[in-house]
Amino acid sequence: MKRVYLDHAATTPVDPEVAEAMTRVLTETHGNPSSVYAEGRTARALVDRARDEVAAALGADPSEIVFTSGGTEADNLALRGTFLARKADGDGIVTTAIEHHAVLDTAHDLADRHRARLAVLPVDRHGRVSAADVERALDARTVLVSVMHGNNEIGTLQPIAEIGRVCAARGVTFHTDAVQTVGALPFDVGAIPVDLVSVNAHKFYGPKGVGALYIRKGTRLATVQTGGGQERGRRTGTENVAGIVGLGVAMRLAQAHREAESARQARLRDRLIEGVRAHIPDAILTGHPTERLPNSASFCFPGTQGEALVVSLDLAGFAVSSGSACTSGSTEPSHVITALGLDRATAQGSLRLTVGRGTTEADVDALLAALPPIVARLRSISAVPA
Amino acid sequence: MTGEGGPRAAEEYSAACIDHFTQPRNVGAVEAADGKGSDANPSCGDRTTITLRVSEGRVAEVRFRTFGCTAAIASASALTELASGQRIGDAQRLGPADVLRALGGLPQRKEACALMAVGALRAALLDAQVKA
Repeated sequence: MKRVYLDHAATTPVDPEVAEAMTRVLTETHGNPSSVYAEGRTARALVDRARDEVAAALGADPSEIVFTSGGTEADNLALRGTFLARKADGDGIVTTAIEHHAVLDTAHDLADRHRARLAVLPVDRHGRVSAADVERALDARTVLVSVMHGNNEIGTLQPIAEIGRVCAARGVTFHTDAVQTVGALPFDVGAIPVDLVSVNAHKFYGPKGVGALYIRKGTRLATVQTGGGQERGRRTGTENVAGIVGLGVAMRLAQAHREAESARQARLRDRLIEGVRAHIPDAILTGHPTERLPNSASFCFPGTQGEALVVSLDLAGFAVSSGSACTSGSTEPSHVITALGLDRATAQGSLRLTVGRGTTEADVDALLAALPPIVARLRSISAVPA
Repeated sequence: MTGEGGPRAAEEYSAACIDHFTQPRNVGAVEAADGKGSDANPSCGDRTTITLRVSEGRVAEVRFRTFGCTAAIASASALTELASGQRIGDAQRLGPADVLRALGGLPQRKEACALMAVGALRAALLDAQVKA
């Protein structure tokens, strides 16, 4: 059966050019970038070139880029590193209710085990937090604000430039998890006053297991893991050379195609949203109607349950996801969907459709043909009025 | 974007389970039911309601409605099939192990779904006995 992949927010297929570059690194070089002889210098040059490419894409200086094992590690380094480094300044952390678990759970851990004072800001019904809300949450002892750029479940974009200005004026370190947006939307650290930015290669057709943290020059950040002192001591551990090369190539390709490709994906996204609304009138669009990721359409279908939707679509040949993962048989509905103020039963019927480079109009139309009878069938079983 | 087949979300379930999920038996509500019972899984919000009609000490008709996941729907479907035509006492003894056997097993973390179906059936049977 022809499979249609509509879960690009979960991960993207590796671009063939990325895979080729990584294969060459794995087969043709083996040096440790820390070694001074020729093999080591070759590896170092590859890592440095990738650093240049990531820096160029963000408008950053290469010295401001630190490679990590992915988005989760970048988020952990940003939050833990800032909190540790700024202990003398204060203990307050401000974040939002719809952050990825890599941020939210790290912030809670800092509160539980290290006595951080944590403020988790609510969002409006579209999943947005305002710069004014952030400003009100700041006090003299706030050291860190972490607000994601684009939400992975509902696609909502946050006003990070405004939030960054508020933080800069108060001397508060500002971190944004931009894992869903870098590669898809312009991100210029010259225009956005942000101190720390998390980046993840596999969200823009690079390999899994490699990411980066942008650290603005002068930002105080403590080391979180100890060891050999790589990445100028900021992220110790022998570099994942092939992965880093893959990240660099993926970033360059994403930059080259970003404008045209994001516009194309946004048209597919809008076709999905309009089509779903036309065929399933009581579908609830989750996230912001306009301020959203170009590839993300997300909904709740009252009277259905997310896992049953995902399995039904899987049987019909579509790979999609739901916030109600139901992984333990005792799963709470997604913290993101419930933060929008939807009741629990409605939040259970969440579905996320995220298009990508390989998605065609025919794929979207096939989904639009398959989904309505699935929703109708599940509703006929649950008998929750449609 | 197209890709290869490979293990999918649906494939963690047995063929019997997918069959009950895609073509559930006895969906709906029995009219003028003798017994009605519900059970819910408070941790995930799933709910099953079972209605039944009793005739000469046997389950003459039994139907279910489920708001829930694949396993919850398949469990209720399989259980109503097992309960149909049974003497009330035998139907009351149906347990999660019987549901799991009929479904060819469930992923371990989904076994609570079988329990929910059983809870709804037992409540419906009890309701019928109280009313009788």
